[in-house]
Amino acid sequence: MNVTRDFTGRPRVHNPGLPPGQYDAGDDWPVLSAEVTPELSPADWTFRVDGLVAEPRTWDWDEAHTLPESAYEGDIHCVTSWSKFGVRFAGVSLDAFLAAVRPDAAATHAVAYSHTGYTTNLPLADLTGGRAWIAWEYDGKPLPAEHGGPARLLVPHLYFWKSAKWIAGLRLLDHDEPGFWEQNGYHARGNPWEEQRYSGD
Amino acid sequence: MTDTFTPPTRFAVPGRIPVSNRAAALWQTATLTEIRRETPRAATFRFAVPAWAGHLPGQHLMLRLTAGDGYTAQRHYSIASAPDDSGHIELTLDHVAGGEVSGWFHSVARPGDRVEVRGPLSGFFAWPGDRPALLIGAGSGVVPLMSMVRHHRSRGLGTPLRLLVSARTPEDLIYAREYGPETTPVFTRRAPEGVPVGRLSQAHLTPLLTDPPTDGWEAYVCGSNAFAEHASRLLVAAGQPVSRIRIERFG
Repeated sequence: MNVTRDFTGRPRVHNPGLPPGQYDAGDDWPVLSAEVTPELSPADWTFRVDGLVAEPRTWDWDEAHTLPESAYEGDIHCVTSWSKFGVRFAGVSLDAFLAAVRPDAAATHAVAYSHTGYTTNLPLADLTGGRAWIAWEYDGKPLPAEHGGPARLLVPHLYFWKSAKWIAGLRLLDHDEPGFWEQNGYHARGNPWEEQRYSGD
Repeated sequence: MTDTFTPPTRFAVPGRIPVSNRAAALWQTATLTEIRRETPRAATFRFAVPAWAGHLPGQHLMLRLTAGDGYTAQRHYSIASAPDDSGHIELTLDHVAGGEVSGWFHSVARPGDRVEVRGPLSGFFAWPGDRPALLIGAGSGVVPLMSMVRHHRSRGLGTPLRLLVSARTPEDLIYAREYGPETTPVFTRRAPEGVPVGRLSQAHLTPLLTDPPTDGWEAYVCGSNAFAEHASRLLVAAGQPVSRIRIERFG
């Protein structure tokens, strides 16, 4: 251990919800995207699931809203080391979309992509079983554009760069394929509890 | 099977620079050698990092401080120095109110102190000097852009490069003494005599975008989220393609 001279840090509050190397951002919700925030209205938003599925399908805003609503209340963790506790999102569980397209048995991974062109890769197992959502509400209000509105992917058990803003679709694959940040040195999976920040962690 | 899936969209900027995974995974000791005050709120911290693998202008690193009980605090910081500063790197840090890392640097740190760094990280915001660069920063958002300006200068590059830097007052302008004709400072609260006061506007961008270099500009925007939103919207309105704007937001 390399102790930094006279560094004490913030007072320690034991928080079992805080993954290693993270701090509590409190009320802040920093915006971290490398893209220009798109002007994307709900009327222009679509979400497609294709690739290794029996029935590729595209939903528009109204069609997606006919699916059963599902909420997430819990924590989110950014690789830049802030975490945010007790956030509330509402939208639809990704399980509902996947049930409609019927993934092939061979599908193991997905590339999530945005209306902007941003991509990120995920194991399919991280997107199923009630652990991922298409979210369009934050704290009871429409999701702000700078946070991915009108709708974003939400995969709160992974670092937040996996929760692609302005989500446009998922392509199911039988192999892993690095996305935008993953090609730029970030970890393929991004589990905050194992500090999978960068490739090689 | 090995082709990368490309979504049917506007923002198709590929990663610019392959990142060394080995360097990014390794924590190294950095020894503080010098502290230079830049403004009342910002200072530059120079470190010796003998095994530093090098970086490209615009890249950042992760810095870690460790307390006696094993508690650690880590933050991302942009690298201010040019790549040719062999075995040394410089960071310019704002003193953030209540900031546990910037607070240690501004109140405790002195030459000889050792911290840990890993990097360089992320090739997306990097600029190797190959394409005309239009740099737009505010506050400490100028830090990675200054690495680009220093690189351009030290290598004597002929690539067109312009810097628009926004600060509240002349006293808040980081690196004020180092700017040359490539730079236009913009003052939002108080300006030197004869210089207008006001935020970055279309008037600053129009001349640059109506008469761009051959093949156009690669735009790099860095600052607070509010500034990044403002500047990137101005760029798009002035005709800069969305796919050629790179943004680094200081949450």
